[in-house]
Amino acid sequence: MLGWIDTIVQGILLGGLYSLYATGLSVIFGIMRLVNLAHGDLIVLPAFLMLALAGLGVPIVLALAIVVPLMFAAGYALQSAILNRALGRNILPPLLITFGLSIIVQNGLLETFSADTRFLNVGPLQGASLPLGGGIAVGVMPLICLAAAVAVIQLLNVVFYRTGVGRAFRATSDDVEIARLMGINDRSIYALTMGIALAVCAVAGFFLGARANFDPSIGPARLLYAFEAVIIGGLGSLWGTLAGGIVVGLAQAIGAHLDPEWQILSGHVAFLIVLVMRPRGLFPRAID
Amino acid sequence: MGVAILETRDLTAFYGDFQALFGITFDLNEGETVAIIGANGAGKSTFLKAIAGLLPRKPAAVRLDGRDIGALPAFEVVKLGVSLVPEGRRLFSSLSVEENLLVGAYGRRTSGPWSLTAIYKLFPMLRDRRHTPATALSGGQQQMVAIGRSLMSNPRILLCDELSLGLAPIVIRDIYAALADIKTGGTSVVLVEQDLVHAMSVADRAYCFMEGRVSLSGRPRDLSRDAIHAAYFGL
Repeated sequence: MLGWIDTIVQGILLGGLYSLYATGLSVIFGIMRLVNLAHGDLIVLPAFLMLALAGLGVPIVLALAIVVPLMFAAGYALQSAILNRALGRNILPPLLITFGLSIIVQNGLLETFSADTRFLNVGPLQGASLPLGGGIAVGVMPLICLAAAVAVIQLLNVVFYRTGVGRAFRATSDDVEIARLMGINDRSIYALTMGIALAVCAVAGFFLGARANFDPSIGPARLLYAFEAVIIGGLGSLWGTLAGGIVVGLAQAIGAHLDPEWQILSGHVAFLIVLVMRPRGLFPRAID
Repeated sequence: MGVAILETRDLTAFYGDFQALFGITFDLNEGETVAIIGANGAGKSTFLKAIAGLLPRKPAAVRLDGRDIGALPAFEVVKLGVSLVPEGRRLFSSLSVEENLLVGAYGRRTSGPWSLTAIYKLFPMLRDRRHTPATALSGGQQQMVAIGRSLMSNPRILLCDELSLGLAPIVIRDIYAALADIKTGGTSVVLVEQDLVHAMSVADRAYCFMEGRVSLSGRPRDLSRDAIHAAYFGL
């Protein structure tokens, strides 16, 4: 019994990390209807950037504070310089561009940092844990990670639902042609969207590196978990994405508890079950 | 005749390879209401979209106060005071009534009479429903939101596309009563309508379109019923 409770607690905490992977993807798809195949690699990239900064002696939290705005700027530039030119009725060109970007980022990281497995050293917090009583303990970093996921989603919801700029984002998502008629420059909204998404990727990359090992090749698997979390949660709802991440995390933890070989598979199975039972996800918001 | 604030000169427009407008020459004077009538597919909505910047057009084909605005994208055109109420209302479905109105103020660059308060005064029933999702309203109320949303940019020129489409006669009467108030505030109006009677009753001048060309124009009282029918259907 105790083992099961522990499994569920660890699954929820893992779900926090997956929600962070998924949030940027959810924002990009929700506003631009764009599927970013490089998303996983753009989580691994900032993890390596922070590793490099740490190697130069920069404290890890300061490295995070540097890389977040850096990734925002990179996202803004990527969207305005490249992806905006490919947006249109056909969804294939932007898909191909992000696929190419994924390959470039992976190979660029491999060339620069080698295929060695790395982790981010976050100091004494790394292995710290809080006893919850009854023999169950939770890691401090995983707990901070879940709290960060909740904080990031809450912050984005405040921006999207309580500010004038957020209204413009939602209007653009609803009907881009009419949004233009209202004086909204959709191209700059899209550039901001990609900037926000990649800033969240930087946060996700930090917790990826602080919780587990990483190397240049693990991006695509992160993309897959993120995808599953977004679809399970329902398109267009960020709290749904949090729930979706937790569902994937729980399923993986439960699978691993039954048999360690089943960890990854059970996450995918949970995704397929939700897709069959509720094709529009657990908390759908978008009408289309 | 006053001074034309909006002119089109030999305006053409295409959807891909399909040509929808074949050289429209048109002008609108300060404070005037001009109706554009014509059958389905005559190019009336296309004309408004081309003015508003939703379709590509030649830089000199559209002029505002004598300045070429044909090269400007839609989000710049609205900032110069030209606002379109789109056909079929097209409200932002995930936004409340009030949020729809506030998005309309995004392109506001000039001061003017319109604010949330003024819109709610014009359409009092919207105030009670301001936190309702816009698409939960009746068709007539949605049309009021669409008009209010376009007014929020304080336009000098309001382009209205098929205001009466799909609405009950009593609701159409309310909408046209509001239009009279809008005109009183000094706004010039271009009115695309299939409803001839309503269009002719409020218009200072009318253009009739047929197959992407102007087939007739003039003051409503100078246009005979037969002439309009001929220009409308090409009989």
